[in-house]
Amino acid sequence: MSIGHTLLGLLESGPRHGYDLKRAFDEKFGHDRPLHYGQVYSTMSRLLKNGLVEVDGIEAGGGPERKRYAITDAGVTDVERWLATPEKPEPYLQSTLYTKVVLALLTARDAADILDTQRAEHLRSMRILTDRKRKGDLADQLICDHALFHLEADLRWLELAAARLDKLKATVTA
Amino acid sequence: MNAPGGSLLVAEDLKKAYGPTMALDGAAFSIHPGEVVAVMGPSGSGKSTLLHCLAGIVTPDSGSIRYDGQELATMNDARRSLLRRTEFGFVFQFGQLVPELTCVENVALPLRLNGTSRKQAERTALGWMERLEVDDLAKKRPGEVSGGQGQRVAVARSLVTSPRLIFADEPTGALDSLNGERVMELLTEAARSANAAVVLVTHEARVAAYSDREIVVRDGKSRDMERVV
Repeated sequence: MSIGHTLLGLLESGPRHGYDLKRAFDEKFGHDRPLHYGQVYSTMSRLLKNGLVEVDGIEAGGGPERKRYAITDAGVTDVERWLATPEKPEPYLQSTLYTKVVLALLTARDAADILDTQRAEHLRSMRILTDRKRKGDLADQLICDHALFHLEADLRWLELAAARLDKLKATVTA
Repeated sequence: MNAPGGSLLVAEDLKKAYGPTMALDGAAFSIHPGEVVAVMGPSGSGKSTLLHCLAGIVTPDSGSIRYDGQELATMNDARRSLLRRTEFGFVFQFGQLVPELTCVENVALPLRLNGTSRKQAERTALGWMERLEVDDLAKKRPGEVSGGQGQRVAVARSLVTSPRLIFADEPTGALDSLNGERVMELLTEAARSANAAVVLVTHEARVAAYSDREIVVRDGKSRDMERVV
């Protein structure tokens, strides 16, 4: 995720101090990974240098951390461009699991066993997410659903691979 | 009293053949009171046969199934049937509600079959329908409610006798994902609060994620993943 664009987007509703920005970010997007103060200030100084934000005011007696930032017109345009640009879907072509399965087949180990163990690990994560979703608000539900659908896709692949192990074995050991 | 080890239901070395096909080939299973266990596996792996054996609907060719310390095979038909009516609850994928009865009459049916008066049975039924958020459908017939609503009515019916063990066979198989998840939430919440155990047969990982643990059935053999990982 682009932290710079996210902080810029948060500034669109009005000027804020670095601390407020961090708090807003953590509340809305940082459930698992809250921002470090250092990240906020280094990002803001980059945005400042690029003319995407400006200093709207400095509180009396404050050091650099008491600066209040406002988004510039160029900043608004930048956010707009970022929002309108589709994210590139991840290719998911380098599967460690596929490599493990093939190696197991090549070395006459139990490949089904590897898939079973992986399924259990995936389901463990899915249980944690399902529980968090059940107790969480709508934002939590949507974030967890996103992760759950990805894990589910992995598992569907895993079931398909499990059903094709004999064929795969014939292919890789030929 | 529970079976040794605190299990409510324990099955060992189950074998069941349909003609030349081994549907179960040494499958094992156990569940504790209040526990939700998912039974997963591909189509034709034997998971539904396992559920039918555990519920005493199908008799295995060999192996042991003990409910509350008692061997199912040693019970006569009347005793097994009583067990299914009073201690077990059932939720299936399709066609489980009686179309001629209203929803509240459907939910009350297991109690009526056990001899409870209509008034008392329907009062209890309505309490469960409230828990499943379908009490406003009490007077409607199954044909007049949506698939998701019908499934919640079926879940209410499975809970109405306060069973200790619920068998759910692909309970969300016919529902879209939002309705399916709501049914799973309500089913597992209601079961946990009543300390009822749930055997949940599913091929969907998102549904299995509502369980406490899973076993995997493949080629009639079972694998308890808790003991593996």
